[in-house]
Amino acid sequence: MKILIRKGRLVDPASGRDEVGDLAIAAGRIVGLGRVPADFQPNRTIDATGLVVAPGLVDLATRLREPGHEHEGMLESELNAAAAGGVTSLVCLPDTDPPLDEPGLLEMLKFRARNLSLARVFPLGALTRGLGGEALTEMAELTEAGCIGFSQAEAPIADTSILLRALQYASTYRYGVWLRPQDAWLGRGVAASGPLATRLGLTGVPVASETIGLHRIFELVRATGARVHLCRLSSAAGVGLVRAAKAEGLPITADVSINSLHLTDVDIGYFNPAMRLSPPLRGQRDRDALRGGLADGTIDALVSDHTPVAPDAKHLPFGEAEPGATGLELLLGLALKWGEDLKLPLAQALATVTSAPARVLGEALGSLAASAGRLADGGVADVCVFDPRERRPVRPERFRSQGRSTPFDFAFSGFELPGRIVATLVAGTVAFEAT
Amino acid sequence: MLASRHPQLNKHGELIHLLTLEGLPRDVIHHILDTASTFLSVHEREVKKVPLLRGKSVFNLFFENSTRTRTTFEIAAKRLSADVINLDIARSSTAKGETLLDTIANLSAMHADMFVVRHGESGAPFLIAQHCAPHVHVVNAGDGRHAHPTQGLLDMYTIRNYKKDFSGLTVAIIGDIVHSRVARSDIHALSILGVPEIRGVGPKTLVPGDLAPMGVHVYHDLADGIRDADVIIMLRLQNERMTGAMLPSAGEYFKTFGLTPEKLQLAKPDCIVMHPGPINRGVEIDSAVADGTHSVILPQVTFGIAVRMAVMSIIAGNEA
Repeated sequence: MKILIRKGRLVDPASGRDEVGDLAIAAGRIVGLGRVPADFQPNRTIDATGLVVAPGLVDLATRLREPGHEHEGMLESELNAAAAGGVTSLVCLPDTDPPLDEPGLLEMLKFRARNLSLARVFPLGALTRGLGGEALTEMAELTEAGCIGFSQAEAPIADTSILLRALQYASTYRYGVWLRPQDAWLGRGVAASGPLATRLGLTGVPVASETIGLHRIFELVRATGARVHLCRLSSAAGVGLVRAAKAEGLPITADVSINSLHLTDVDIGYFNPAMRLSPPLRGQRDRDALRGGLADGTIDALVSDHTPVAPDAKHLPFGEAEPGATGLELLLGLALKWGEDLKLPLAQALATVTSAPARVLGEALGSLAASAGRLADGGVADVCVFDPRERRPVRPERFRSQGRSTPFDFAFSGFELPGRIVATLVAGTVAFEAT
Repeated sequence: MLASRHPQLNKHGELIHLLTLEGLPRDVIHHILDTASTFLSVHEREVKKVPLLRGKSVFNLFFENSTRTRTTFEIAAKRLSADVINLDIARSSTAKGETLLDTIANLSAMHADMFVVRHGESGAPFLIAQHCAPHVHVVNAGDGRHAHPTQGLLDMYTIRNYKKDFSGLTVAIIGDIVHSRVARSDIHALSILGVPEIRGVGPKTLVPGDLAPMGVHVYHDLADGIRDADVIIMLRLQNERMTGAMLPSAGEYFKTFGLTPEKLQLAKPDCIVMHPGPINRGVEIDSAVADGTHSVILPQVTFGIAVRMAVMSIIAGNEA
């Protein structure tokens, strides 16, 4: 199959390319970037006049809900959601039921995902058995089965000696460890500690939950040399600590969710369960620091933190509602909106969801390391074509994801986002096309 | 962001549910208190009933046990001639796995006109008000730590009854404010009614600094906190807070923050002492104070029924 994408604005944050031109694809690879080979005979031509042609998005935090939570999301629905959101590579978290702690589960997941020919799936394995925070998983076996790193998802490791052992063991093999910085006990509330939680009578999660988590991780990274990716920062103090740790040269990277980047605890309004998220939304100063941290590179990547939650689990009082929101289909729009708000070049906004997350994955991408998250001559043709101007209200009823709960729902948030996806290609095959 | 109407008001700004006192206009609160005073005389009649809610069904939905509050709502509804159905949800449907909204849908189908809701989770009555049939009115009878608006109103009724004017008062709220829905409702109502000095008094585990944005002056010393107070509102200390990480013991709490006749001397001579009940004698309050001349704890209970009659009759008269 040969595809020609004509006259689009080719934007590749990794190389700095930003020019109108054609993109030629053959046998799953980019064979012409800007210029089409003379003898190229496409089977199909996509007119991209007025549209942006960018690398497919790389999302570092999604939940596909299989196995165990199929009522909330199926591999097929969620990978279709990814394609509809322009996401061509995604990292999925191990907090399934059972958790991804055995090679067989990973092989099955990889096999089923491959058969769907949608986004590429890069699973994180469980760092401890059953995510219980007590015994290590078979990390070498899991890596062979396809894990790109190890994580506890939302389950904190309370026992510091076990976290130390896990980092020592993982760093023996240079495996990346993905941790959400949080204190096992202080992290138990349902909203950010502060005047709003106090006023609404909601149990709070203090900023100290995140900063204590970060200090603990930093000390253990200094001791072990382990490579740690810090998942979903939520506070200004956290951003400051990560900035200092990076300046010190610690081998860390970090991400922030679309939710924390755009919303604050005030958006909880009258106990709106759609705003029940983990980590919890914090104040305006925290949000501004997260936005600034993403702009100056303290925070490497923007993630969807995609979590499909069944309606029954959301139609509950705030504190009882299941945390999480669907996000795959909003990632691009919210990256672009952040860029617009901060008056940043388009390429910088795109970098946070393409080249930068690919760099976080690094060698874990294997043969894709040189071309995922970028438009490279001879590289894999993972491409996202979108309209940068048209703004559309966020309408969850149109989502492909089984998860319909999002804090950005136009009905109560009024959010309208740029970046309507026109087509998504994975390995040169059209995975999504707007009708 | 879209501006959204407060879920307890209709498009004319009239009260259709009572979920919280936060943000209520001052004249709405005074209207409720004025209406309550007309109902006070009903208690003294031979036939203690008015026909305002005749033919209406009031469902008491108590997801959390509270015999006292439920009883006062039941009496109030019956004095308005409503049919009252008490449901002890804690032990019935939800125990069988039915979701909160399914329970509400089922009861709505039984043609309920009003739900009086007590729930352990902050905000639960908002969820119910947003999802019940449009003709159904919801009264929050206490949700988690968030609000207990009828208690707040009866406290305001009590203060107005004894002090007449709110504009010069110093009100000290003493005890476990962080876990108290009563304190939150009182704080909102007092600031709406123009009380210039609202104090929160207790140790830092129970009275956090985050209260300041609600207009509360925080004191961690009882003597400082009650000095020259016109009104003292004592809060009940829940049994589960008396030992552990919040407080070391009930004894130490009484020694440091318990209200005794000696400490009461620091307040204004005509100070009134209130308590939402049930009281823990010898924990937050000395019996000599609870039963003393400054105490208005029992009149509060009487006013509570009139205030709840006022709330139910007013919201039942407004359409969604």
